[in-house]
Amino acid sequence: MGRSPTLLPAQDTPVENKRRLFALITPPSVFLLFFFMVPLVIMALYTMKESSFGPLFPLSFEAFRSFFSNPAYFVLLLSSSQLALFTALLSILLAYPVSYYLVFYTGSRRVILLTLLILPAWISYLLRVLAWKVILGSEGLLNQLLISAGLIENGAPILLFSQAAVLITLVYVWIPFAALPIFAAMERIDPRLHEAAADLGASPGVTFWRVTFPLTMPGVASAFFFVFIPTLGEWVTPNLVGGVSGIMYGNLIQDQFGRALNWPLGALMSMVLLVLVGVFSYVFNRFIPITEVPVSS
Amino acid sequence: MRQTGKWLGLGYYLLLLLFLQLPILLLIVFSFNDSVLLVFPLRGFTLQWYRELLQATELINAAKNSLLIGLVSSVVATVLGGAAAIAIARYNFPGREFFLNIATLPLVIPYVVLAVALLILFQALKIELSLWTIMIGHTIINMPYVMLIVAARLSGFANNLEEAAMDLGATYWGTLMRVTLPISMPALVAAFLSSFTMSFDEFSLAFFLAGTQNTLPVYLYSQLRFPSRLPLAVTTAAVVIMVSVVILLFSEWLRRIGTSKPPKV
Repeated sequence: MGRSPTLLPAQDTPVENKRRLFALITPPSVFLLFFFMVPLVIMALYTMKESSFGPLFPLSFEAFRSFFSNPAYFVLLLSSSQLALFTALLSILLAYPVSYYLVFYTGSRRVILLTLLILPAWISYLLRVLAWKVILGSEGLLNQLLISAGLIENGAPILLFSQAAVLITLVYVWIPFAALPIFAAMERIDPRLHEAAADLGASPGVTFWRVTFPLTMPGVASAFFFVFIPTLGEWVTPNLVGGVSGIMYGNLIQDQFGRALNWPLGALMSMVLLVLVGVFSYVFNRFIPITEVPVSS
Repeated sequence: MRQTGKWLGLGYYLLLLLFLQLPILLLIVFSFNDSVLLVFPLRGFTLQWYRELLQATELINAAKNSLLIGLVSSVVATVLGGAAAIAIARYNFPGREFFLNIATLPLVIPYVVLAVALLILFQALKIELSLWTIMIGHTIINMPYVMLIVAARLSGFANNLEEAAMDLGATYWGTLMRVTLPISMPALVAAFLSSFTMSFDEFSLAFFLAGTQNTLPVYLYSQLRFPSRLPLAVTTAAVVIMVSVVILLFSEWLRRIGTSKPPKV
């Protein structure tokens, strides 16, 4: 800037090109290195520390011993994966028909109708969970309703502080995010394909299963990915509506840095979750690439 | 057949709409209810909670902190993510794949893991937790979004606009400022806004990385433990919800102006 343009064509030597690229790529790389890569490496080292705030050496494998000797941790990891799976499947199951309706039945009004539907997604995650705490709480609206209908005894809350409460809340939170990619995938379907299928004598059911459904699979897959992964590491929702029976693996991690104050064990638990997510993303990405950016030069 | 499908679809749409909106509306309704208990039947209209809100200095401080963190972290994320986007969209270089893989990793890392890793880093370096540590966390999670949004926009434009500018004698950095940046502007603004919203609402990282100063979500969370303070939390929620809806409508309006077609001649 500041320099007036010369009349000569810009010299675009390989060396200059390299310098420019270097100037562009260095700041984000350095930031990522210091605040993303290095922390993960240090966390890996912390798994071998003897105590939360002591020195690194001598190395200790106490965290590994206590982690791998306690089957309760694995059980929780398994049940959290299961819950994340159910959350993802249920969100997709609920979001799929509505996307279908919006794309194929509502014409030009579909975008405004979709916006109305996913408006809650713009509202803070914590506030949406809070809303469900108000509904499902032991003093909450649902229990009152059931008590006044004579369906349950007073003081016998059935929903709050259970896995079901966590599942309902998480599905509520994630439906809009599941609907978006499915909606987008359906919008890309050429309506002439449906006409062609009908012309060739396919019933609506056959058209759906043989044409529409396969074409929406990429949208369904990315919806699954974007719901499953964050839910796997979830700890806030179980904390607010889950109670003792609804805790997830993420609560275990949080506990090691809170009450339990066992940082090496917490670091190990985080590493285990990270490896699990990494393997899942890698396998998933081989089938549906989510981060491909073409070079345009 | 198609007609039945239409009515069934509409019924389902309305049901889902109710399911998604009702909890939010409940929070707003209860913020005007004259009772400490959040139960039906409603006890009558009051503005008491809103008056108390104005006097809750801790809460107002937390909101200011959230605003500051949101602004700083989204500016930094937009600058860094924007630079990365130009690099990956306009250059083919060795290590590009590797960079892309690392830079998009924060998209899939569970926040609790990232929070814990940063907490350990700051402890190891003896850096005291403060608003700055939260800003760093939020910048990390926002950068990949900015990068992908801006790169997608740039790859929609061929490189020849920039080449033309340089052929006409513009310097590289001049071209960057006067061609590349204006092309990316809508994407940069969108990325900035979504980064800000994300940071303003983010709880997990802020919870682990907050020092003595709270953000709004962390403050709200701390209030949820006391049943007597639930009405105030609900009222805060109602205010935040109403403000976000206004901002959302405003940015949607801006976007419409930005993308409206020029009048036909």
